[in-house]
Amino acid sequence: MELDEFFVTGEPLIYGGMVAIVLVSSAIIFILTYFKKWTWLWRDWLTTVDHKKIGIMYILSALAMLFRGGMDALMMRVQLAFPDMNFLAAQHYDEVFTTHGTVMIIFMAMPFLIGLMNIVVPLQIGARDFAFPYLNALSFWAFFFGAMLFNISFVIGGSPDAGWTSYTPLAGAAMSPGPGQNFYLLGLQLAGIGTLATGINLMVTILKLRAPGMKLFKMPIFSWSTLITCFIIIFAFPILTVALALLTIDRVFGSQFFTLTGEGLPMMWANLFWLWGHPEVYIVVLPAFGIFSEIIAAFAKKRLFGYTAMVWSIIIIAGLSFLVWVHHFFTMGAGAFVNSVFSISTMLIAVPTGVKIFNWLGTLHKSKIEFTTPMLWSLAFIPSFVMGGVTGVMLGMAAADFQFHNSYFLVAHFHYVLIAGTVFACFAGLIYWYPKMFNHKLNERLGKWSFWFFLIGFHVCFFPQYFIGLDGMPRRIFYSAPEWFTLNFISTVGAFGMGVGFAIFVYNIYYSLRYSERETDGDSWGVGRTLEWATPTPVPHYNFATLPEHLGYDAFMDMKENGETTYDKKKLKHIHMPSNSGKPIIMMAILSFASFALVFEWVTLAAIGLFGGIIMMIIRSFDYDEGYHVEVDEINEIERTARGLNNE
Amino acid sequence: MSEQELKSGPLEYQTEDGQLKIIGFWIFLAAELALFATLFATYAVLFGRTADGPTPGELFEAKSALIMTFLLLTSSFTCGIAIHEMRRGSKKGLITWLIITLILGLAFLGFEVDEFITYVHEGATIQTSAFWSGFFILTGTHGLHVTLGVGWATMILIQLFRRGITKVTSRKIFVVGLYWHFLDVVWIFIFTSVYLIGMVM
Repeated sequence: MELDEFFVTGEPLIYGGMVAIVLVSSAIIFILTYFKKWTWLWRDWLTTVDHKKIGIMYILSALAMLFRGGMDALMMRVQLAFPDMNFLAAQHYDEVFTTHGTVMIIFMAMPFLIGLMNIVVPLQIGARDFAFPYLNALSFWAFFFGAMLFNISFVIGGSPDAGWTSYTPLAGAAMSPGPGQNFYLLGLQLAGIGTLATGINLMVTILKLRAPGMKLFKMPIFSWSTLITCFIIIFAFPILTVALALLTIDRVFGSQFFTLTGEGLPMMWANLFWLWGHPEVYIVVLPAFGIFSEIIAAFAKKRLFGYTAMVWSIIIIAGLSFLVWVHHFFTMGAGAFVNSVFSISTMLIAVPTGVKIFNWLGTLHKSKIEFTTPMLWSLAFIPSFVMGGVTGVMLGMAAADFQFHNSYFLVAHFHYVLIAGTVFACFAGLIYWYPKMFNHKLNERLGKWSFWFFLIGFHVCFFPQYFIGLDGMPRRIFYSAPEWFTLNFISTVGAFGMGVGFAIFVYNIYYSLRYSERETDGDSWGVGRTLEWATPTPVPHYNFATLPEHLGYDAFMDMKENGETTYDKKKLKHIHMPSNSGKPIIMMAILSFASFALVFEWVTLAAIGLFGGIIMMIIRSFDYDEGYHVEVDEINEIERTARGLNNE
Repeated sequence: MSEQELKSGPLEYQTEDGQLKIIGFWIFLAAELALFATLFATYAVLFGRTADGPTPGELFEAKSALIMTFLLLTSSFTCGIAIHEMRRGSKKGLITWLIITLILGLAFLGFEVDEFITYVHEGATIQTSAFWSGFFILTGTHGLHVTLGVGWATMILIQLFRRGITKVTSRKIFVVGLYWHFLDVVWIFIFTSVYLIGMVM
């Protein structure tokens, strides 16, 4: 292979990207070397098995991916702002919308929420760690290297261009030759393994490591939504694993699953993809519902209204999510009966979702709302999400879908549910739990500026798209006709509004790091109801000095009323903790090398990499490291400093 | 992680870490179930889509399928005896029965490889038709699992030789035992829905 085939050439934007990658990488290497931070980075972060630090790494990576996916979005909106724009060529536009969708769902939304789960869930259920801390580090590095593999595609080898749904036969070897589609398949495969492992890990953690006395139906709602999400992950992700593997084998080894030549079935891909893909929508939206429930209850200063109904509605939504996948291809010729069945099951989801909406309103009813930034995001979510949900029911009517299908109406719908549902929750959750992670709050004034820019930008961007869609503009086209000009232009202006909101948010992180007051009290907002607020900030690496017992639903509220803390000097015992390990990052680096080789169909090299991965598993199997103990004196010292107690 | 210990019950359940890992593995098996279910569904949908290639009825043989079934079912039985020996605290019995299990597993793999080679010579490869793609990936995935199981159990055998039956090694043996029985269950489905139906239709 020639070097100019290896690197992508010919596009000024991509040369710009290459220069940016080289500059940023050199800057990072220079800073780390200049300030002698390499050992710190390795010891404290890259080899860590602490769930809180892994969560932070997830969120940082997800924010980087939000930036990347957001740049893709802005490039598309620039291209569509005026008729006859020549900003992006057709091929480049195809690549940009493909990577925008994939990055946002797989490498932004899901990791962001998993990052929040990592940090919050063990604290919320009164656990000292994940059930399998080593596996947790492995999951993170699987996601991280999967994301990197996918992202280098735009400078090396070429980006995938068959849409984030990667429909066959378009995505098959005959119509999409070259490495682009392989990057999609292997990047997702690697990240997917990590997600599945996280699902198992969190499920065991929640089922087995709750503080003594915390019954399942007394568990905070965010932990509940995480548990149900894990259930969906465990049954949906293996389907994706199989689908990706079959298409990879089709492309690299010439099998006939999705081809037409050997009597394969291209429609089988659509079925497998959406059998995973529809539940995936709920993997990113159910934890978000959990976050909103926590925040709304906290800042309305009321017990969550209809707790039991909330839990059951999550369970019902999760069950229904597996029964609706055909609504993604009503128009592909399934027949009236099949379409009717899936139309009805789709519309059924609106029922438990409606229950949740009314419960949030019930919580707000007659409450004293405190309008902090996380609360603003949560309040803005409710009407925005309803607008997305109602248009979802419209799309769910199979007959009407023949009109809406593949138009901007659909684009507007899923951005309304996914941005209002998931992205708002990511911002809300990050700001809400920020003091638990970094020992200071984000600046509220800047936070509100970023919120208003993003919220107004969001509606200005996507509301007109409902009408462009009804006017007949299809999705995935790279030009705007004159009759769609006004609405398209407004939409582009809105997209830049969201970009400004995001930029202010990022500046706020820097600003708050320098100027925000450091927290002294664990209950930073003063309204905490659940156990994560019972720990001091910064949270000690062992989380809880002594585990609280016999907890009611709002566990920390009860503790505050009774004047209890999670530090009972009399009950202190030494705490067992797992050791850090460099094996997860090394193992996943080797496997990502194998995946990279397979992207270019260098089969021997891929086999060598896979063998290296197996060697790493064997080394792990022979590792009998049993961790270490934190002794009572040390716990005493840490807790006294953190809680500001003097000589007891 | 915690070291909280139980005084009663089998050895592998006596540490909290052991219990967590066993439950985690059960959940992992649920994911494996979803994985194989997807492969079975794919195979069923592609059934009969043989293009111009051979049909299953022409190639499947009752004899080799029965021998493979016999070998794998027996290995599951001997694996059960191995766990029974472990519960009695007999290191020698455990190792002996585990090695017998692995030999049966290897024999199964030998027959499977032989079968694949025969089919390829008869003109049925993964590239021949959608049906054969489905067949080779379904049975091949199962075979790959058996191969990994053999390698995994061998590594644990080495640890068993060095350390004897401890809370940790007994948990590892128990988990690999669960895995082995699971593969057996999957094979029963392959035998009926692939070989039996393939020979009849």
